[in-house]
Amino acid sequence: MVLSNKDLVSIRDLSAEEITYILDNANFMKQILLSNNKKSPHLQGKSIVTLFYENSTRTRMSFELASKYMSSASANISASASSVAKGETLIDTGRTLDMMGTDVIIIRHPMSGSAALLAQNVNAAVINAGDGMNEHPTQALLDLFTIREKKGSLQGLKVAIVGDVYHSRVARSNIYALNKMGAQVTLAGPPTLLPFELDKMGVRVTTNVDEAVKDADVVMGLRIQRERQQDGLLPSVREYFKYFALDDRRIALAKPDAIVMHPGPMNRGVEIATSVADCDRSVINEQVRNGVAVRMALLYLLTRKENK
Amino acid sequence: MKLLIKNGQIADAKGFLGKKDILVENGIITAIEDTLNIDADRTISAENKTVIPGLVDMHVHLREPGLEYKETIETGCRAAAAGGFTAVCCMPNTAPVADNASVLALIKEKAMQAGYCSVYPIAAITKGSKGEELTEMGELTENGAIAFSDDGNPVENSRIMRLAMQYATAFNGLIISHCEDRQLTAQGVMNEGYYSTVLGLKGVPTVSEALMVSRELLLAEYLKTKVHIAHVSCIESIELIKNAKARRVQVTAETCPHYLYADDSFTQSYDTNTKVNPPLRSKADVSALRQAVKDGIIDCIVSDHAPHHADEKQLEFQLAANGISGLETSFALCYTTLVKSGLMSLPQLLTAMSLKPAQILGLEGGEIKVGKVADLAVIETDSEFAIDVFAFYSKGKNNPFNGHKVYGKVTDTIYHGKPVYQDGKIQK
Repeated sequence: MVLSNKDLVSIRDLSAEEITYILDNANFMKQILLSNNKKSPHLQGKSIVTLFYENSTRTRMSFELASKYMSSASANISASASSVAKGETLIDTGRTLDMMGTDVIIIRHPMSGSAALLAQNVNAAVINAGDGMNEHPTQALLDLFTIREKKGSLQGLKVAIVGDVYHSRVARSNIYALNKMGAQVTLAGPPTLLPFELDKMGVRVTTNVDEAVKDADVVMGLRIQRERQQDGLLPSVREYFKYFALDDRRIALAKPDAIVMHPGPMNRGVEIATSVADCDRSVINEQVRNGVAVRMALLYLLTRKENK
Repeated sequence: MKLLIKNGQIADAKGFLGKKDILVENGIITAIEDTLNIDADRTISAENKTVIPGLVDMHVHLREPGLEYKETIETGCRAAAAGGFTAVCCMPNTAPVADNASVLALIKEKAMQAGYCSVYPIAAITKGSKGEELTEMGELTENGAIAFSDDGNPVENSRIMRLAMQYATAFNGLIISHCEDRQLTAQGVMNEGYYSTVLGLKGVPTVSEALMVSRELLLAEYLKTKVHIAHVSCIESIELIKNAKARRVQVTAETCPHYLYADDSFTQSYDTNTKVNPPLRSKADVSALRQAVKDGIIDCIVSDHAPHHADEKQLEFQLAANGISGLETSFALCYTTLVKSGLMSLPQLLTAMSLKPAQILGLEGGEIKVGKVADLAVIETDSEFAIDVFAFYSKGKNNPFNGHKVYGKVTDTIYHGKPVYQDGKIQK
């Protein structure tokens, strides 16, 4: 199978078949990760650049290691958020990388729509590693991979996503991906952190986290930034924890074999209790490993000559 | 100079006059007859076309002085002529702001040199449009200010708006209010709704506009004076204006072609050409606005022509400048949406685009009659054409409707008896 797009800007651009194909490839890549000799030639002769306008250790490391394990030439650009407004335009930066022979640009940027803007203006393959509040497609892919690994099929699964949905690109990408694969998604959080007309995205929406988590197969927590209190969106972290966080009492409402997920990094004691983060139903650490495997698969599939 | 316009269907705000020839001498319409066999210096054939009064646009941004990289008065006036406009009012958010007589003098001088249409400058309500101190409205009126606005900015302080409305009455000044509660707008870049959720962009709620509309209406009622509401975009504002008019508040209101033709779904691909303030709203708002124009709750249609340099639009959506370059698509978008659709007649559209704006400003317009100044345009109503933004006379190509098929092409514009735009080409 050949992926139909040169880029991965939005998970909506992938068909269910393509998603399954990527996940199957990720399975294979995971074996390389688990082996003693983490080296394969899949990306030999390829050039991968991570272009990060926003701080991120885990996603950047995940892509960087994925690239290096598969023998590519990789480089990082860490631009601060201020260079977005003051420095070289995104398009000019993209064209510069193109001219230097870059095969894949992995972009993380604080503004929605920036990955699409870059992809439309460069020859390189563009992977969206998170653009503003819009999407984080590789996160959705690794989340699907993790759920599939633990639950077999995604069809008909009850998934609860809890937290700051308004600002979450992880939530949006997961909504598209899970709906496409036949899961049933419920979003929950405080009203000021639920965007308008969210239910029109084909999901259930509630401010009652107990109700959302009840009988769920998968419970996914989203980060609450402490800044939201300064922005006036939340009265206090204390209130959030009491009424909306994933604590032992709430998690007990889910199915006994439910799994607990989180894109990381976690704010322990804010959106998730430490006891839940570290419990045996938590697959949060496995998500990190799966992330590298999924990114290895994606990089390979986007750069092999059949995709040109 | 004798100009003869032959064989056109004549229509103005009052109605259809039938197929007639029009004779223009020294800038004045001297005859309108079934057939005029006159030896004229110039003849324009309006066969299979309609002759309408020159359109009046009371809200454009000409960018000069200071922002000439986006547009100059000359290029803006060419765009106006190409759009069928013979008179425009330009907003004061230039650099420097038009809050003193010397800027007004520059604008009038440049417009006269260009000679494509009349330009009536709108002066700022407050010095620098900062919203703090009133401008010298007396002196500005004397030097050609046709109205006052801080457009681009709302006047956030209610006391200042009250004082402005009150003070302006001494000079019969019209306050045009850009209604926006900046705290509610916060960092919004498009309409708050399903599309802002899907696109992951912060949304501007309609109430941000409506809250200030209600303030202006109450102030105007309290002070027993007039006010004009700029670029109305939503249902809530329409309802407020309708109720105020029923209570006989002296309010007039305008909307723009893009709010009548497009909605927030047009932003789906992050097209920065759709980024405008107020933003494109929901389909329900669009329907209500069309009906409001027909019912006269909205008095007139303006382009809010806002040309920008490509560098300011070829950016991440959040960083892109707000505004649509609209002079050259204004008439066709409105004709297609409001007349071709069967919602209203051409004379009713001409009321909104020529007669009413002229009346609000105390100018001539909207009528084709012997003795009137010959400000006219010629349009094609029956053939579809595709919008080509790259053929714009405006420097600003920031218009989201490139390639759209519409009706109502303006083929000729006559300003004070001179054909400044003929057969689709600017003359001069």
